[in-house]
Amino acid sequence: MKVVPVSRPAGAPVSLKGAEPPAHITIRGLSKQFNGAVVYDKFDLDIPRGKFVSVFGPNGCGKSTLINMIAGLIPIDAGEILFAGKTLSQIKFGYVFQNYREALFPWLRSIDNIEYPLKHMNLPKAERRAKVERLVAHLGVKIDLQRYPYELSGGQQQLISIMRALVVEPEVLFLDEPFSALDYEMTLFMRQQLQRIFAETGTTMVLVSHDLEEAVYLADRILLLSRRPARVADYPWNEAPRPRTDATLSEAGFVQLKAHCLEVFQREVRKG
Amino acid sequence: MKRDSFLPLVGVVGLIVVWYIAVWVRIVDPVLLPSPQASFAALVKGMGGKLGFDFFKTVERTFYATAIAAVIAIPLGVFLGASEKLYRSVEFVIDFFRSTPASAMFPLFLVLFGVGNWTKILVAAFGAALVILFNVAYGVMNARKTRLLAAKVMGASRLRVLTDVMLLESLPQTFVGLRNGVSLALVIVVVAEMFIGSVDGLGHRVFEAQQLFDMPDMYAAIFAAGALGYGLNLLFLLIEKRFVHWSGK
Ligand SMILES: Nc1ncnc2c1ncn2[C@@H]1O[C@H](COP(=O)(O)OP(=O)(O)OP(=O)(O)O)[C@@H](O)[C@H]1O
Ligand SMILES: [Mg+2]
Repeated sequence: MKVVPVSRPAGAPVSLKGAEPPAHITIRGLSKQFNGAVVYDKFDLDIPRGKFVSVFGPNGCGKSTLINMIAGLIPIDAGEILFAGKTLSQIKFGYVFQNYREALFPWLRSIDNIEYPLKHMNLPKAERRAKVERLVAHLGVKIDLQRYPYELSGGQQQLISIMRALVVEPEVLFLDEPFSALDYEMTLFMRQQLQRIFAETGTTMVLVSHDLEEAVYLADRILLLSRRPARVADYPWNEAPRPRTDATLSEAGFVQLKAHCLEVFQREVRKG
Repeated sequence: MKRDSFLPLVGVVGLIVVWYIAVWVRIVDPVLLPSPQASFAALVKGMGGKLGFDFFKTVERTFYATAIAAVIAIPLGVFLGASEKLYRSVEFVIDFFRSTPASAMFPLFLVLFGVGNWTKILVAAFGAALVILFNVAYGVMNARKTRLLAAKVMGASRLRVLTDVMLLESLPQTFVGLRNGVSLALVIVVVAEMFIGSVDGLGHRVFEAQQLFDMPDMYAAIFAAGALGYGLNLLFLLIEKRFVHWSGK
């Protein structure tokens, strides 16, 4: 296993085995303030296509704000965010909220929750159902989808949210601390599920996580943010082969990369 | 578990026992407090005749009042609640009239609509509508932010966010409004039946029994009114359970 924890100026490409994978999301000159508090100031970032990027950084540094701006949930003050040259409205994307209880629709059965985004794509009912069924079969999910979300466990509910985000076959999937409301056992299980979904769909994924081990374990590349105004403190690759397992956690390369990320993180926290 | 469902009966039996004892030891003048048997006999006999008719009239008025209130207040509440600014600008007026005892409006409604049947219904509808309006608007305004964002992120237009999310989000609160509204409508209808040149209805029955000093009849009418109020509340709870299955979950 090869780990390349290289510091680099924000936005500038880093060479990886000579060939940098093409950028999927390019962020240039992004600025954002909340009532005068600068969260982003001329921020640049590239997110590679088909890769899994974890976002990690100090509390309140702007992790959620970043993916919310990319996903169009909050407006940006200045700058440009493009998806291989296209704007947000021209692409399909999915978003998974931390609070699945408040993000799912309790009046709809699980299967109808998953189907919901397709209703805004002008597809006939039969085709919508077929898409949902194909996704369910593809992911091998064994949940009774006739149940209402509140009848399911937290992990199952979050799995429904993830499927709801995936059913439109998004180019990009955003996840904001999707597992932080789950207990440890369920979190471990869900990490494996997400890793499998990533392997099977090849969707570009951007995950915000509070858990460094989780962030490194799942990621192809870890975005380490500084305190406000957020800069890229480091953006190292994790080249551990997939599928990753519990054994991966104790491999030298993984341990070393995690230690490196922790060091960068603590350096940034101390700066504050 | 099974035994616990009998618990509510304890209070009922207790009340009847106390009543019996009160009659037996003559704490109160027997003319003022007839025995439980006499009252229940009057209730059973009355429900098959005049009392039954009055009961029906009150149900009818309460039903119309609530229906009118709901038809006006629910859409209006959704409309006002969808824009917090709009609601804030009329909030004071709504709260003011919501706090005004509806009975204080009788004379005004009498002047406006005369002494007919509809006057009672309209006063009750007025009171109920404000309660329903207030609850619906709050239900819409307090729709979970995340859920609205989720719908938006999945491509729902503003109108679809309103119909697919806000409306359903507000349903539990709407039912709170309907339950309070129907209770208030019943109160107003019964009071109106007592005073504004009435010839029927439970309020009229209670009032008339009092005038004739027919105490068993009066207690019977009071129990009928109580049963009606309780029943209406229960009915709306059952409807809510059926249609808003996610409420409180
Ligand atoms: N709507 C808002 N209004 C005002 N300030 C905001 C708003 N949203 C975020 N902020 C501020 O912007 C900063 C970044 O917030 P953000 O939620 O992106 O941080 P985060 O890195 O996701 O934090 P956490 O680790 O707590 O999830 C915080 O200081 C926060 O207080
Ligand atoms: Mg956050």
